[in-house]
Amino acid sequence: MDYLLEALHVTKVFGSLKANDDVTLKVKPGEIHAFLGENGAGKSTLVKMIYGALQPTSGEFRWMGKTVTIPSPAAARKLGVGMVFQHFSLFEALTVAENIALAMPGAFDMRKLSGRIARVSRDYGLPLEPSAVVADLSVGERQRIEIVRCLLQEPKLLIMDEPTAVLTPQEADQLFITLQRLASEGCAVIYISHRLEEVKRLCHNVTILRHGKVVANVDPGRETAASLARLMVGGDIHVVKSAREDRRGAARLKLDRLRLPADGPFAVELRNISLEVRAGEVVAIAGVAGNGQQELFDAVSGERSLAQAAMLVIDGKPMGHDGVNTRRNAGAAFVPEERLGHGAVPAFTLSQNVVLTRHSSDAALVRSGLVSSGGAAGVSERIVRDFDVRKGKPDPEARSLSGGNLQKFVVGRELDRRPGVLVINQPTWGVDAGASATIRQAIVDLARQGSAVLVISQDLDEIFEIADRIAVISRGELSEAYPASGLTSEKIGLLMAGAHEIRQTSGKETAHAARA
Amino acid sequence: MNDQVLSVILTIITASTPLLLAAIGELVVERSGVLNLGVEGMMAVGAVSGFGAALMTGNPYAGVLAALVAGALLSLLFGFLTLTMVANQVATGLALTLLGLGVSGLMGEAFVGQPGVHLERLSIPGLSGIPFIGPILFGQDFLVYLSLVIVAAVSYMLFRTRTGLVIRAVGDSHQSAHALGYSVVGVRYLCVMFGGACSGLAGGYLSLAYTPQWVENMTAGRGWIALALVVFSSWLPWRIVVGAYLFGAITVMGFSLQAYGIGIPSQLLSALPYVVTVMVLVLISRNRALMRANTPACLGQPFVPDR
Ligand SMILES: Nc1ncnc2c1ncn2[C@@H]1O[C@H](COP(=O)(O)OP(=O)(O)OP(=O)(O)O)[C@@H](O)[C@H]1O
Ligand SMILES: [Mg+2]
Repeated sequence: MDYLLEALHVTKVFGSLKANDDVTLKVKPGEIHAFLGENGAGKSTLVKMIYGALQPTSGEFRWMGKTVTIPSPAAARKLGVGMVFQHFSLFEALTVAENIALAMPGAFDMRKLSGRIARVSRDYGLPLEPSAVVADLSVGERQRIEIVRCLLQEPKLLIMDEPTAVLTPQEADQLFITLQRLASEGCAVIYISHRLEEVKRLCHNVTILRHGKVVANVDPGRETAASLARLMVGGDIHVVKSAREDRRGAARLKLDRLRLPADGPFAVELRNISLEVRAGEVVAIAGVAGNGQQELFDAVSGERSLAQAAMLVIDGKPMGHDGVNTRRNAGAAFVPEERLGHGAVPAFTLSQNVVLTRHSSDAALVRSGLVSSGGAAGVSERIVRDFDVRKGKPDPEARSLSGGNLQKFVVGRELDRRPGVLVINQPTWGVDAGASATIRQAIVDLARQGSAVLVISQDLDEIFEIADRIAVISRGELSEAYPASGLTSEKIGLLMAGAHEIRQTSGKETAHAARA
Repeated sequence: MNDQVLSVILTIITASTPLLLAAIGELVVERSGVLNLGVEGMMAVGAVSGFGAALMTGNPYAGVLAALVAGALLSLLFGFLTLTMVANQVATGLALTLLGLGVSGLMGEAFVGQPGVHLERLSIPGLSGIPFIGPILFGQDFLVYLSLVIVAAVSYMLFRTRTGLVIRAVGDSHQSAHALGYSVVGVRYLCVMFGGACSGLAGGYLSLAYTPQWVENMTAGRGWIALALVVFSSWLPWRIVVGAYLFGAITVMGFSLQAYGIGIPSQLLSALPYVVTVMVLVLISRNRALMRANTPACLGQPFVPDR
């Protein structure tokens, strides 16, 4: 049998840490091959070497039977390898078309390229506006750019590092159809994901990594999600206990007819958003990416100031005009969606990143106006312990953590404060099953101790697991929050669509009125 | 009266051209994410090299070439320190200014008081003779035209070609550019050297066309104005032309008003361009949307690829 790609005894060492240890695996053409493993197991490291973004410490790669060195991503692309990175490699100030042009060889013709982008994105059901500027797009939309960028290169091997983590169920289904079509055309796919059901549905072959070593190579058809999870962790996975109660207290976070104008041509305008989150409950906001989640988070966290102070009330105090720090001092905590760059400064160490969000609210971190590095290190160690953050050295830079481990850290940093109000955007994006359970349990526990928690998420399974009430955001408008027990995914889907229709008809009416 | 207006306009053009040359070079450097504060130093070395080469060969074009090469060489030193050795860009740029000013003083000791070689102005029979418009449009030295050609070329290159796209990408996110396989350091070296060559040319213009003689510190802070102009233009090439000519005009106005004996202290008039620079920078920085769209996000940040 001819393999497309073989990795033979590949080892990658970072300092004292073996991220990949004697990895041997083979990928056939036309095969969808999953890499599974806990956060920090070394999946991203392995695929980065295949894409030429990292060099192996020892071992070799064979491409269609021939030994190759892959010195750079350009060389990998020339071989026919395309990759969607876990942390995007996009340029915020450039347009979608320009971002894609940067990865395309050959003649430089933006108009023709825009046409091709529009066509491919329509063919594969991944809608993209070629002239939109990336800075104005949501994470889900950014992901689509990365995927379309790969598809345009017509690769022989497509690597996807957690592509569905930020996609909606419908978008993910569309992607699976795309991948299956590519596979049937002979393209091999390396697929990394923490969603085991998805892997079972889609993949032909699964390689499981643990602590950098290959521990199993199995046929997903013969396994259950639970048996795959056991192989990954080497033990059983905790089930989130949320014990829904109706004994809820006073409103701690209140949005009152909140409005926020769009701050760019492709941004969403928030209209009339009203919501109450009471002590003791978790309220989740579901919705398709790019419907105002980012804007809502910015408005609540204070990254953008509101027109009237009373639009946002925290513990009875109108705070719409206050900045992030004042809101934090009032007992609120915020976890943004993008962990690397927004949630944490990549080049700062973990303890420095602790200081960044907690210097004004945490007395232990600042002593007579000076940063106390001992205090920060203490807090950072506690977070690392409580949330099981795996890392290579005692106080590493944020960017050297694997995606899921950084997410655990960023969430842990805020949960560790025991905030009265927690607002969290995509809490378990790219986090493995075990760690997701830890984070979700911590969120629920926080609420049960009397805090108000607002979760913005695109993962319906997650929402049903932890939320007491669910609201749906659509085109900048928020539905009423319904008790989770009375909702199904179908009903939520209808809510998303329903809200669209109401707005569209009312939009048409005003247009008519204006013309009349 | 007409003659006076004409002479003022001609002086404005000569006063603006060095600002334009230095600023358009620095714009490309900053678009690639590098902040080179050594413009003043590179201009000074360009000025003295250009003057010396022209004096020794008797050919002003040899002077122009020497100025260009000298500026590029000095910027290569900056590139080596900040890109290869990853030294702090701000500190290195300031050091480069001091070094350039010092070296130019040393090199130029022998030239003080010597009459220089003048870069002649274009003269097209028929056209240059047209009253008023002729001298303005067809009677300049070639560097005036070249400076505008460079702006047009840079504008085209940055926004219409792959090269320009790569430069903007490297300035926006060196991490992503590296992940896609672009040589961040290589692109930046080329941009830094282009900027150095332009600064050298700007210096050469001062000692070959503006005032064809060598005086120590003859750059007189123009490098700093050029740096401010890049921000003024919000990193868009054509706005640099507007800015450079505006500042050239303000400088010349200062002189003219003095000549007319208007009762404003001369110190205030000569400070005028700098005061206006500060005011314009403040006004521009207030417009966040404008700044966000074009400011290179990686400006001044060191890049170390992780392997
Ligand atoms: N540049 C680097 N320098 C030092 N250590 C690194 C670097 N990149 C990754 N590591 C370490 O290598 C290990 C494996 O990381 P990797 O990103 O491959 O994990 P992963 O399997 O992709 O996890 P996740 O599911 O969380 O994305 C981690 O412990 C991480 O901290
Ligand atoms: Mg990873």
